[in-house]
Amino acid sequence: MNAIEVTDMTVAYGEKPVLWDVDLEVRKGVLMAIVGPNGAGKTTLIRAVLGLVKPAAGQALVHGRPYAAQRSLVAYVPQRGSVDWDFPTSVLDVVLMGRYGRIGWVRRPGKVDREAAREALAQVGMADLAGRQISQLSGGQQQRVFLARALVQHAEVYFMDEPFQGVDATTEKAIVELLRALREQGKTVVAVHHDLQTVPEYFDEVTLLNVRRIASGAVDEVFTEENLRRTYGGRAALFGRNGA
Amino acid sequence: MTSGQIEIQLIAVVVAVACALPGTFLVLRRLALVSDAISHSILLGIVLGFFVTGDVTSPLLLVGAAAVGLLTVVLVSTLERTGLVREDAAIGLVFPALFSIGVILISRYADGVHLDIDAVLLGELAFAPFDRLVFWGWDFGPVSLVVMSIVLGLNVAAIAVFWKELKLSTFDPALAVALGFTPALVQYGLMSLVSLTAVGAFDAVGSILVVALMIAPPATAYLLTDSLPRLLALAAAIGAASGIAGYWLAYFLDASIAGSMASMTGVFFVLGWLLAPERGLVAAARRRARQRLEFAQTMLAIHLANHEGKPEAEVESRVEHLHGHLRWEADFAERIVRGAERRGLVVERVGSLELTDAGRTLAADAVSR
Repeated sequence: MNAIEVTDMTVAYGEKPVLWDVDLEVRKGVLMAIVGPNGAGKTTLIRAVLGLVKPAAGQALVHGRPYAAQRSLVAYVPQRGSVDWDFPTSVLDVVLMGRYGRIGWVRRPGKVDREAAREALAQVGMADLAGRQISQLSGGQQQRVFLARALVQHAEVYFMDEPFQGVDATTEKAIVELLRALREQGKTVVAVHHDLQTVPEYFDEVTLLNVRRIASGAVDEVFTEENLRRTYGGRAALFGRNGA
Repeated sequence: MTSGQIEIQLIAVVVAVACALPGTFLVLRRLALVSDAISHSILLGIVLGFFVTGDVTSPLLLVGAAAVGLLTVVLVSTLERTGLVREDAAIGLVFPALFSIGVILISRYADGVHLDIDAVLLGELAFAPFDRLVFWGWDFGPVSLVVMSIVLGLNVAAIAVFWKELKLSTFDPALAVALGFTPALVQYGLMSLVSLTAVGAFDAVGSILVVALMIAPPATAYLLTDSLPRLLALAAAIGAASGIAGYWLAYFLDASIAGSMASMTGVFFVLGWLLAPERGLVAAARRRARQRLEFAQTMLAIHLANHEGKPEAEVESRVEHLHGHLRWEADFAERIVRGAERRGLVVERVGSLELTDAGRTLAADAVSR
């Protein structure tokens, strides 16, 4: 059974298709990058799998069943810029939000949840910033908080939307190590990624997307100049000299 | 103080706190304008409720008003989802339409009844103590005090029970959906609270003050704190203080009570905006001035370090020389040198400056960064 199985996923805003009939299989324990130009539907693909946008057609299975039945197996790391970091709350509190799903309506987080949150913060190297207000974090720290919030769910499948976007070199290294640690535990990670140069180093598999699925598979098989040109059009000619 | 005066202030405080609680979440969700929309369009609900019951004191008026409040929110988000107008324009289209229907209905069919436009906009707080709730010979106090206490209790209870859901769906609605919550439900729940609060409050204080009390105190508190519980508490306190201060302002000026209270919320906001310890204008100006001085002291340290031990050091490190070399005015240079001395970065020996170890370290750090 695959970790993720997307079939015939089609999403349209009005009459404009954002994703056309996309199929995707991700095996368990794989780190997969989704790459493609702006407007290729990378974020939409993740959001459609998570039920955040309603597809016009198609379905997505996580560990063999629809997402709605498998929420506890899935963690989601949205783009850092998707929330207001001036929101008046602390780092620990944001990480605790990752536990809300299993806590359910109305009940409060308990001691176990707080311990899990502190542990997740330690995993991303932010243990001593638990009490910090989130408005005082740097971009890299914000990204780590989001990762900790996903880790605290103890999920099997992780969807990450541009986890390396605008982070410092130290954070980038920490995230890569974290991804490898997740793979070692047999977890599956699907990440929208922008830096083509680091794809072979960071990921096992890659999906090239531009509204349609251009190619998907092991990095050394499908991450070819030919496929990149088909994904990015003429712009991929730059690849090989200075990456994206 | 007479008991009437005390009761008016009590009503003001309860109304202010009841408004500040849902208002805080409106401000955090950038939905401040929604309070304006709801507090006006509920007039239609009150009028319709009056047509059904023929009684201006019937609780059905509250139900009708709350329903129209929700209708406002539904219409605004429907209009927004068409993609033809943005949210602010949608709000601006919906509530004047509903409000004006209410106004026409009153002026056409309810003339002479106790439903007039002035009262709707400004309320009649001064008369609130005369309208009393009396049951079985017991006087439970002014009707608006009883009503607003119930509304306040409801707001406190709802926010306490759904604390986690409100926080999550305000901060990150997408995650809320992904985790299996329904932020839309939370949103409508919050809007129901806003509607109910606006309806309850508007009889006493009018719709303008409802808007002022829902938005200004939370916006002021937001300048002062970074913690959600403290934000709610501060917003409630600032609202209550505006109510009491506004009452006495009105008393001494012999002016409208609601108007004075609304003005006080504005005064508190301006005070916060100027004087907030970190985000205020004064604090920001002081921070900039301090940064400028510290930067200049660092520059001085680098300058001295560059020439230290060289033949020209004798000339370069004279205080008078800074004027020509660093383009500093004489009195500014004097201030920087004295400041650097106080920080232990330099010592002056017969008109010539010498770096201390601390000064050398600072210069080296600054250059290597």
